[in-house]
Amino acid sequence: MAAAAELTLLEKSLGLSKGNKYSAQGERQIPVLQTNNGPSLTGLTTIATHLVKQANKEYLLGSTAEEKAIVQQWLEYRVTRVDGQSTKEDLRTLLKDLNSYLEDKVYLTGHNFTLADILLYYGLHRFIVDLTVQEKEKYLNVSRWFCHIQHYPGIRQHLSSVVFIKNRLYTNSH
Amino acid sequence: MRLFVSPGSPGSLPVLAAAGRARGRAELLISTVGPEECVVPFLARPKVPALQLDGGNYLFSTSAICRYFFLLSGWEQDDLTNQWLEWEATELQPVLSAALYYLVVQGKKGEDVLGPVRRALTHVDQSLSRQNSPFLTGETESLADIVLWGALYPLLQDPAYLPDELGALRSWFQTLSTQEPCQRAAETVLKQQGILALRPYLQKQPQPSPPEDKAVSNEPEEEELATLSEEEIAVAVTAWEKGLESLPPRRPQQNPVLPVAGERNVLITSALPYVNNVPHLGNIIGCVLSADVFARYSRLRQWNTLYLCGTDEYGTATETKAMEEGLTPQEICDKYHIIHADIYRWFNISFDIFGRTTTPQQTKITQDIFQRLLSRGFVLQDTVEQLRCERCARFLADRFVEGVCPFCGYEEARGDQCDKCGKLINAIELKKPQCKVCRSSPVVKSSQHLFLDLPKLEERLEEWLGKTLPGSDWTPNARFIIRSWLRDGLKPRCITRDLKWGTPVPLEGFEDKVFYVWFDATIGYLSITANYTDQWERWWKNPEQVDLYQFMAKDNVPFHGLVFPCSALGAEDNYTLVKHLIATEYLNYEDGKFSKSRGVGVFGDMAQDTGIPADIWRFYLLYIRPEGQDSAFSWTDMLLKNNSELLNNLGNFINRAGMFVSKFFGGCVPEMVLTSDDRRLLAHVTLELQHYHQLLEKARIRDALRSILTISRHGNQYIQVNEPWKRIKGDEADRQRAGTVTGMAVNVAALLSVMLQPYMPTVSASIQAQLQLPPPACSVLPTNFLCTLPAGHQIGTVSPLFQKLENDQIESLRQRFGGGQLEESLELKAKASPKPAAEETRKTAGPQEIQTLLEEVTKQGNLVRELKAQKADKNQVAAEVTKLLDLKKQLALAEGKPLETPKGKKKK
Repeated sequence: MAAAAELTLLEKSLGLSKGNKYSAQGERQIPVLQTNNGPSLTGLTTIATHLVKQANKEYLLGSTAEEKAIVQQWLEYRVTRVDGQSTKEDLRTLLKDLNSYLEDKVYLTGHNFTLADILLYYGLHRFIVDLTVQEKEKYLNVSRWFCHIQHYPGIRQHLSSVVFIKNRLYTNSH
Repeated sequence: MRLFVSPGSPGSLPVLAAAGRARGRAELLISTVGPEECVVPFLARPKVPALQLDGGNYLFSTSAICRYFFLLSGWEQDDLTNQWLEWEATELQPVLSAALYYLVVQGKKGEDVLGPVRRALTHVDQSLSRQNSPFLTGETESLADIVLWGALYPLLQDPAYLPDELGALRSWFQTLSTQEPCQRAAETVLKQQGILALRPYLQKQPQPSPPEDKAVSNEPEEEELATLSEEEIAVAVTAWEKGLESLPPRRPQQNPVLPVAGERNVLITSALPYVNNVPHLGNIIGCVLSADVFARYSRLRQWNTLYLCGTDEYGTATETKAMEEGLTPQEICDKYHIIHADIYRWFNISFDIFGRTTTPQQTKITQDIFQRLLSRGFVLQDTVEQLRCERCARFLADRFVEGVCPFCGYEEARGDQCDKCGKLINAIELKKPQCKVCRSSPVVKSSQHLFLDLPKLEERLEEWLGKTLPGSDWTPNARFIIRSWLRDGLKPRCITRDLKWGTPVPLEGFEDKVFYVWFDATIGYLSITANYTDQWERWWKNPEQVDLYQFMAKDNVPFHGLVFPCSALGAEDNYTLVKHLIATEYLNYEDGKFSKSRGVGVFGDMAQDTGIPADIWRFYLLYIRPEGQDSAFSWTDMLLKNNSELLNNLGNFINRAGMFVSKFFGGCVPEMVLTSDDRRLLAHVTLELQHYHQLLEKARIRDALRSILTISRHGNQYIQVNEPWKRIKGDEADRQRAGTVTGMAVNVAALLSVMLQPYMPTVSASIQAQLQLPPPACSVLPTNFLCTLPAGHQIGTVSPLFQKLENDQIESLRQRFGGGQLEESLELKAKASPKPAAEETRKTAGPQEIQTLLEEVTKQGNLVRELKAQKADKNQVAAEVTKLLDLKKQLALAEGKPLETPKGKKKK
C-alpha cells in the first residue's frame, strides 16, 4: 500500500473529512503533506501524528509520558523495521519479537488502543495476508492482536479481512 | 528505571545527553552490559541502549528513550521535531552506521567514510541555513538537536569529517558540543579516546548492509520555490498597491547622534585597527566593512544609529616604528591615522566618527575605570617575570617576542596569543623565545605589575552572560570562545607594561609604566565617542536604551566578550555592554595567508591601484565574508563572481528593466495591469525581501547578499518568460502585457537598488539616479515590496553598471600581488601534511609561457563546447576533454598552483 493511500485510510478512520493531497518524494516514495500555513511535513509517522492532533484525538498518541514514548517507539519500528525488512528471515525475526512482546498485552501500549496499533496493522497487513494457518498459529499473540485491530471500528475499511481460526489445528506446534 | 548501556555503543551519546538535559532523572540507574547481552526479553537480538521502565516495559529505541526523558520533564514534541526524528531513524541511521563501521572497524578513511553520509550532512546543513535559526526546530534547542547531535558526534568530532563548505552544520554542531550535558555524554562515552572508543562495541555488530546504490548526485538539493498561499499573495499585493504613501516619514538627521527614548538606538563599533599597519583585505572584511553594511542597513531601517571606529595607537609597536622612521610616536600615529582614514574613505565606510585612542579623554576615562576597580578591590599587585632583551636594552612587549607555543607547538606564536590554537600565552611561557627586532634570546627579569582580578569577577560575568546570550545574535564562534575560556577558568590578567607610549597608570610606584593596550584599547570606543560629543555617557552608560553591536575577527573575542565586560562590571558604573558580538572567521589569500613581510596579499592602499572600483571590492569581500567558516580570497573567483553575478545577473536585469522603459515607453513607466503571474512574482520578491531582513537583523551579511542575487535571478526569468521585446510589437493586449512586465521589472530594480545600498553604495546611488527614484524611497527599506515607480514616472538615462573583468587583467594583478605562491595555509602547516608529490617537478613558469597555455586552454575549451553543442560523437568529445584537462593541469603547474585533488574534496 502506498504511503499516500495509507494516510487517506488513516484520515477516514480518524473521521477527518477534508481529504489532504499527498505527494511522494525520492526512491522510497516518502509521503509529503503540504500544509496551508507553514512548511510541508515529510514522513509517514510525522504526518500521521499530525493528523491525529488535527482530529483532536490526542489520546491516540498516549496519555502518559511512558505511553507517548512507547507509541513513538513502535511508529519508528514500523517505518524502520516493518518497511525496511528485505528477507524472509527478517520477517520471521520481526514476527517472533512482536509475538513475544504481545504475550501479555492487548495493545502495543498495554491497555490502550493507539496510533501505533493502527499503523502497525496497516504496515503488517500485506505480510499477514500471506501467512499460512500454521504460521498464524505459531505467532499466536500477533494473530490475536491483529484480529482484534482489524475488527476495531473504522480501521480496516477496504482492506481484506484476514481469517484466523479459533480452534487450534496444530496443537503440538509449540 | 534502569538504563542498560554497553561501552562504546554510539546510542549512549544521545541517551546520556538527553538524560543530562532533562532533569527528571533522579531515579535513573545505569547498568553496563556486554555488547552481546540480550537485555530486552522480547527481542531476539541484543540491543543497547535500552531502558527498563518502572512498570516493567522496555524502551529499546534510542530516540524513544531520549523522548521519554524529555516528556518526563514536561517537554512535548512538535511536528518538526517528529519529522527530524523520523528522518534520523529512516535516512540518517542507515548511512551513518555504515560510515562508522567503515571508519572504526574496517579502518577506512576520507571519501570512503564521508561518501555515504555526505548527502545526509548536506541536508542538515541546508535545512539549518535555509530556515535561518540556530537549532533544527527554531530558536531553542529541542529533542531533535540532542538526538541528531548524539548520532553525528562520533563522526563529526573529527574535523576531517565535517566538510568546510557545511558552515551552518558546523556552527550548529559546535554550539551543541559545548553544552554541558552533551560535553559530559561525550566524555563518558568516548573517554578521550575519540572514535576508537566505539571499537569494542562496533566490531561485535554485524556489518551494516551498504546503503543502496542510489544515483548519487553532487548537485545541491534543488532550491525549492516556496509555495505561496493565496493569503500571502493577497497581502503582498495590498502592500504593493499602497506604494510610496505607506513609507514611514524620514527621521530628521541630528548632530550629534544621541539615543532617543522610545526608539531603537543602535551603537555599532568595529574593532580598532592598529595604527602602524596598513590593513589588508582580511582586516577590512573582518571589522570595518562588515560593520559598515550593518550600519547602513540599520539606517535604512530608520533605527537611530551611531557607527564608530578609530585607530588604536598606543603600544610598543608604535614606539619601535617611530624609532625606525626617526619620528616621535605621536608623529607616527598622525601619519598612519591619515593613511587608515584614507583607505576607509576609499572603501566608502560610513563612520559617524573615525577617531583615535591617543587623546586626553582616553586617559581620563581609562584612569577613572581603573580607580573604580582599584577602590573596589579588583586590582592585584604582583611581581612579574618578564622577558628583557639586553641587546635592545628594554623589556619586550608581548608582540615583540616570538617562539614556540607551549600548548600546540606552533612555531610562530606571538608573546600574547598563538595564531594557531588561539590560546593566550604569557610571554615567558614561550619555548625558545626570540626578540623579534634583533633575534637574540631575551632573559627573564622581574618587575612590579598590576593585575585585573578576573577570578573575583567571574561570577558577575557569568550572571551577565546568562542574561545576555540567550536570544542575542552572538555568533556561534564567539559563544564557543567565551565558553571555552570560562571552562578553563579565568586567571588574573596583567594590565600594566614597562613602556612610555601609553595611558599613564595613576598610582604611586607605577609612574614609569602605562596600561597594557588590551586594558585600554576597548575603552577607546568610549573615549572616541567622548571626543565626538560631551554627552557620550548617554550612549555608554545607558544599557536599557542602547543596543551595542561589536564587529571583529574572532581573535578579538576574548577582549570584547570577557576582559572589557569584567572591567566594566567591576567598575560598577552602569556601562553599556555588548549585546551582539559579531565575529568573523579568517580570510585567507588565495591558498595561503596574507603576509606583509612576504609581500603576499592585497592591502587596503593597493586595492585602489588595481583600477577595480571600490564597490566591486566591497561586493566580492562581502560575498566571501568568512561567516561561520574560513574563506579565501581568489583572483579567479573574483573575476568569475564579477562576470557572472554582477554583470550577467544583477547588472543585466537592472539594465534591461531600465532600457525597456526608455526604449519602448519613452522613459515613462507604463500602466501595470497585474495578472496572477505578476502577483506571484510580487509575493516571491516580498518573501525574499523578508528573508533578507531576517538575515540582516541577525547580521548574517553574506547570506543576505544572496537574497539580492536571488531576486534579480527571479527578475531575469520573469523577463525571459514574458518577452516584452516581442509583445511590444503585438496587438493592444500584447502591448499592455509588455507594459505590465516592464513596469514590474523596473520596480523590482528600484527595490534592488535600496537593498544593495548597504553593500554597494555607489552602484546603488547610480541606479537610483538612472531610475530617478523618489528620495523618500532611497533612504528607507520597508519590509514589503512597494510600487515606488508608479505609472507615469519619468526615469533618467540608463547606462550599464558593471564592467567585465578580463582574464589577462586579473592574471597580471595576481602576479603583482604574489598570488598563487606555494603558500601553505596555517592549517596545513599545523597538520604537518606531506607536500604534494609533484612538488619537485614544479617550477613557476614565466608569464610568457603562462599566457600561451592560457590561450590554448581557452581554444581547447571552445572546441569542446562546440562539439558538445553539435552533439558530436561521445568518444570524440571525451578525447578532446582529456586534452583540455591535460592543458589545464600544465597551466596549473606553470602557475605554481596546487593541483586539484582527484578526490574532489574541495569544490571549486
